[in-house]
Amino acid sequence: MATVPACWARRGFGTRRAEMPALCRDCCEALPADAARCACGGRRLLRHPELFTLTVAHVDCDAFYASVEKRDRPELLARPVIVGGGRRGVVAACCYIARTRGVRSAMPMFKALAACPDAVVIKPEMAKYVAAGRQVRSLMQDLTPLVQPLSIDEAVLDLRGTEALHRAPPAIVLARFARAVEREVGVTVSIGLAPNRLLAKLTAERDKPRGFAVLGQGEAAGWLAPQPVGVLPGIGPALERRLGAVGITRLGQLAALPPLEAARRLGEEGPLLAARARGEDARPVDPARETKSISAETTFESDLAAQAALEARLWPLCEKLARRLGEQGFAAGGVVLKLKTAAFATRTRTVRLAIPTRLPETLFAATRPLLADAADGTAFRLIGIGAQPLAPAAEADRGDLADPEAPRRAARWAAVETLRARFGAAAVLQGRSLPPKGG
Amino acid sequence: MKITVERAVLLKALAHVQSVVERRNTIPILANVLLAAQDGTLRLTATDMEIAVVEEISGVQITRPGRTTAPAATLYEIVRKLPEGAKVELDHAGGDAALKLRAGRFNTDLSVLPVEDFPAMTDGKLPFGFALPAGQLRELIDRTRFAISTEETRYYLNGIFLHATDSAGAPVLRAVATDGHRLARIEEPLPEGAAGMPGVIIPRKTVNEVRKLAEETQDEIAIRLSETKIRFEIGTVHLTSKLIDGTFPEYDRVIPRGNDKILRVSKKEFAEAVGRVAAISSERSRPVKLSIDRNHLLLSASSAEQGQAQEELDADVVQYESSPLEIGFQARYLNDITDQIADQVEFRFADGSAPTVVTDSAKPEALYVLMPMRV
Repeated sequence: MATVPACWARRGFGTRRAEMPALCRDCCEALPADAARCACGGRRLLRHPELFTLTVAHVDCDAFYASVEKRDRPELLARPVIVGGGRRGVVAACCYIARTRGVRSAMPMFKALAACPDAVVIKPEMAKYVAAGRQVRSLMQDLTPLVQPLSIDEAVLDLRGTEALHRAPPAIVLARFARAVEREVGVTVSIGLAPNRLLAKLTAERDKPRGFAVLGQGEAAGWLAPQPVGVLPGIGPALERRLGAVGITRLGQLAALPPLEAARRLGEEGPLLAARARGEDARPVDPARETKSISAETTFESDLAAQAALEARLWPLCEKLARRLGEQGFAAGGVVLKLKTAAFATRTRTVRLAIPTRLPETLFAATRPLLADAADGTAFRLIGIGAQPLAPAAEADRGDLADPEAPRRAARWAAVETLRARFGAAAVLQGRSLPPKGG
Repeated sequence: MKITVERAVLLKALAHVQSVVERRNTIPILANVLLAAQDGTLRLTATDMEIAVVEEISGVQITRPGRTTAPAATLYEIVRKLPEGAKVELDHAGGDAALKLRAGRFNTDLSVLPVEDFPAMTDGKLPFGFALPAGQLRELIDRTRFAISTEETRYYLNGIFLHATDSAGAPVLRAVATDGHRLARIEEPLPEGAAGMPGVIIPRKTVNEVRKLAEETQDEIAIRLSETKIRFEIGTVHLTSKLIDGTFPEYDRVIPRGNDKILRVSKKEFAEAVGRVAAISSERSRPVKLSIDRNHLLLSASSAEQGQAQEELDADVVQYESSPLEIGFQARYLNDITDQIADQVEFRFADGSAPTVVTDSAKPEALYVLMPMRV
């Protein structure tokens, strides 16, 4: 492929239409380069200079739970559908009609219904979604052994080396796959095709729902540069604010940081983030590596030994972990406490939870006895908390006879998070996170 | 210390105290029983630091008073295997000397640990005291202990919550246990002396030990307690236990009041049908589905691997007048409850997904709440 300045490539310059590979997403055939429409009548044409050379695809089902429900109840097709509510009180998934009214995942149900009063609210039926998710996964595994599931309805695939087997390049194989999912499972997917995992993930977001977006190596840096830093996985609201404080708001600025400078300003992860901002990602697609745990940890400025001091550091981590669980659509089925001693020895303690949770106070209550057990006067340099095993979000905080208030606490946490998202992290604080009196 | 005692008397006492000793012990002294002979009585003590059991036996022939500690499990095993009617002689010269046990032509040397190492568990002040007939205590335990949770994180559910309260205007002593999936509640008339007692959570192991000890007697059992400890005096055995330091959930608000769909079914037929239908699945958490219609109950269960099973119960054993209902429960939870019911089980449903109340039609003072499963 001829190299052209990224900003040109982005607009399709540098490659004349006549040279640009194309395919029809409806009949899944390669097209003559200059075709204006497909012979099958399809108008969903895909053109890209690197179309037939890219191999890494990120596949994400569109509004998955809601789509499965609409599949099973076609009379709801034209109605806004929200899956969730019931005892948990938050939106687990919402269809695109509901999204146009402002409904979002993880929104408290009362807010969702205020935004969209005519929504059909359906209680989640995990077994059904798991079954549909498996079907989609098995269709993926027909394409390549390199399928790495990221969640129930999301995976990254590497189709490198499959062209001979399928007698077609990955782009065509993926277009056929999207049609197969629609036909056999009855839901739609969005695909991002790119040179690596990071770009594939970002690309999949560009053309939702029922999308197929392509991002080539040549245009990646140029496309990333003007994006806000927050789009990059790994940059949460906290880091985003820290970057903003030093004047870095766009990925292009982050990409330009030399490694040493990045490390100095952003810590250990800095050089990696700068590389990501340039669109570089060497992570392989690893079928064995499903998301198995989500965690949060912090290193102290000076070693801590006292239980109270360690607990004070544990609380913000519980909040952070709860937030990450929420963002990634999981709950904690158990908790791992990790401590690193001043001598760099790692101690871990684990406990299973009777009911999975995504609430900071429940995580804290479960971890506290583990900390009491581990904190024997040893000086520690690091504390961390992880969710393991992960459980589906829909099973979290349902409450039971011994804890009927759990759904209300879940709704309260969701409401607090909504406030924080709007007014900043300091808008609502737990008394526990404030420094002690006189401290 | 040198004493002679009847094998049967010693065996019974050892059986009482040794069961509190943990099989795997990291602290060696906790594997031992403390033997103290003085003034014609032999006092045996065993503890796991949470529970201490003390038994005094009289009519012991004491040649030389004294105290020592010996491995509880080994001593118990040996005494158990001695012939009936044997006279057992225990002889300890003092200090590090072995404890010599002789019976007939059998003799053994048991290694001892210093008496000073044996942890003393003080009762502290136990300001509240009352007595319960052994039968009543057994009922309180039997009807609740199956619902005790084993969950680590909610340690305050790992026992029976015993407290004084009012029920329909009458003062009662109430026992409650829950693991979140089911809740068991039973009450007895409040015994004299229990008024004003704090609500206490009695740990599972204590409950099980007390239940074993209560099996053997028909007498009254004296109970004394404070906010942190409880003591049961059962015949010649005194068991003192720490209590769980936690707050039991406000269980009252999860007991449904308005459930109005009432199913009455004969216990025997129901429990047996549940057992048969549930046998189709080896997975313990599989639900048994109850499909209820006017005076008709269909029980069914299915398993992806094994197939499905169903059984019908008709008007001769089923009474139901409300609108048709489908609801699922874990088979074991149903059986745990029906095990406590004599003749007729009464279910009170709200709908197929809400907590259900179960009672014994003849014994309304015991009440169970069961969370349904999705079927």
